[in-house]
Amino acid sequence: MLTNHAKLMQFFSVANEVTGRKKLQKMIYILQKCKLPFEEKFQFHFYGPYSEELTLRVEELCNLHFIQEEKEDKSNYYQYRYSITDDGQSFLDQFAMDMPGLGNKIAMLKGKSSRFLELVATMLYFDDLPLEENIQKVHTVKPKQKYTDDEIEEAITFIASISDENS
Amino acid sequence: MAYKDEQLIEEKVFKDPVHRYVHVKDRVIWDLIAAPEFQRLRRIKQLGTTNYTFHGAEHSRFNHSLGVYEIVRRIIYNFQGREHWNNDERLLCLCAALLHDLGHGPFSHSFEKVFKLDHEEYTQKIILGETKVHEILEQVEEGFAQKVADVIAKTYQNKLVVSLISSQIDADRMDYLQRDAYFTGVSYGHFDMERILRVMRPIEDQVVIKATGMHAVEDYIMSRYQMYWQVYFHPVTRSAEVILTKILHRAKYLYETKEFDFKLKPTHFISFFTGDVKLDEYLKLDEGIVSYYFQLWQEEDDEILRDLCERFMNRRLFKYVEFNPNLQMAEWMELYRLFSDAGIDPEYYLVVDSSSDLPYDFYRPGEEEERLPIHLLMPNGDLKELSRHSDIVESISGKKRTDHKLYFPKDLLESLPDEEKKTRIKEILYGQGELIDANESR
Repeated sequence: MLTNHAKLMQFFSVANEVTGRKKLQKMIYILQKCKLPFEEKFQFHFYGPYSEELTLRVEELCNLHFIQEEKEDKSNYYQYRYSITDDGQSFLDQFAMDMPGLGNKIAMLKGKSSRFLELVATMLYFDDLPLEENIQKVHTVKPKQKYTDDEIEEAITFIASISDENS
Repeated sequence: MAYKDEQLIEEKVFKDPVHRYVHVKDRVIWDLIAAPEFQRLRRIKQLGTTNYTFHGAEHSRFNHSLGVYEIVRRIIYNFQGREHWNNDERLLCLCAALLHDLGHGPFSHSFEKVFKLDHEEYTQKIILGETKVHEILEQVEEGFAQKVADVIAKTYQNKLVVSLISSQIDADRMDYLQRDAYFTGVSYGHFDMERILRVMRPIEDQVVIKATGMHAVEDYIMSRYQMYWQVYFHPVTRSAEVILTKILHRAKYLYETKEFDFKLKPTHFISFFTGDVKLDEYLKLDEGIVSYYFQLWQEEDDEILRDLCERFMNRRLFKYVEFNPNLQMAEWMELYRLFSDAGIDPEYYLVVDSSSDLPYDFYRPGEEEERLPIHLLMPNGDLKELSRHSDIVESISGKKRTDHKLYFPKDLLESLPDEEKKTRIKEILYGQGELIDANESR
């Protein structure tokens, strides 16, 4: 029961705090691609892989007061910050969650910008393509982001290292 | 004349209760409709188990797919000659609109959950695999099937084309809201689509709405909001879906134990149970086949499978109460124990269902570039996000829209011989709020 909610709670508990909805989406997607057992369904949207299910589940966790959402006005947009509450921790304590490697991977992801995570998530979305085609696809679906060769190189290295953590 | 330009000598029309007529002039579209993979959609209901609540909801994915095609056809007609619109993309848009739901299977939401499938992946496989649909698309030009698949996957380079089929105000939603409203018989879900089509404007990478058309869009958003709560999230439909999901879990479990001998070998399900579903196996499974098995599984020796199938086929649904995991977690754990002790397997008969378990989405302003919102085109050429300009949309965009329900079989509880356990279970369940009989509420 509510196992998928509990997995997300585990994520928030380990992450301590996550800033930004887009960043949250990309973090969970990347963790899913690293074989961590998040089951939210992602589709490709304008800004890369996005899960409506994840958005709604986070909204449910907020409504249950398991996580706290803080909204910050950044003049031309709002930014959201998420953290686990005491009620959330009590809920989580009732589940025996074993997600090996979660802590290390979250630490790697947290330090990155949402722009970079969007690039990583997009490259992972097309990971069935050979590298050259994958890079080409990123430029095709995200022409406005104008990712540089250096950023792409950094993303390739990052994907290799976060996948390494897996093994 | 090239196949892609070939027109039927006489335009074909499908009589349609929502759009009055669906017009087909392109040979390619006519051939796609006749393809077996598209005809299969006639045997898959658009709304799965919703007909348990709204008996009229028997319409199919075939009806809906034609409807989406027709809306896109009308949008393109209005776009012709406008800046940013490239009419070379016309046939691509029409094909993608027609085929966007091609990978849906029977009761696809439950099947996807239990067997970890993704209908979008199957849409891609059907379009790109060895199918009649693929053959037709490749006749248009080499690589055309891939383009259609990319539009549907939202990874096509021209985002304007993608947004016609898939955005927060797209042909898909405009069709299903009206069609579902029509077939369920509810009075919500109606909006002035003609007006919206007239105020849609193509810009570089998306479709936007002329600011003067804002009220028509407000009406559309309100319809969407009403339909979610009144139709898509209806708790009785969810009760049927809970049972359906549990049947699939049970059948899979029995198959995996290897000790259970099905009286009728579940041939059509085996690849689903083993997690290796080939395209031809996927295409064979439709609602007729699923119903056939459910009908016969009512005679199987396994008590749980038999009971769940009997409930599903005869609409003997679970009852439900509202459930708050924050306040009632301890009670739920006690209930779980009590059900187990009483011999009612809680894995199948005590189910929490959350709104996030359902496949429908709400309008979201897409803050922090989470997803692309609806943009209004202001008279000075600026774009404004809809909820920042419309009080009505803003008021429902911020609403908390989640709920959790606890489903269980009241009749099994009533027949428990142990009065003490029965009383305690009832105390917990009915102490959580009004008991609702899913068999009676409409």
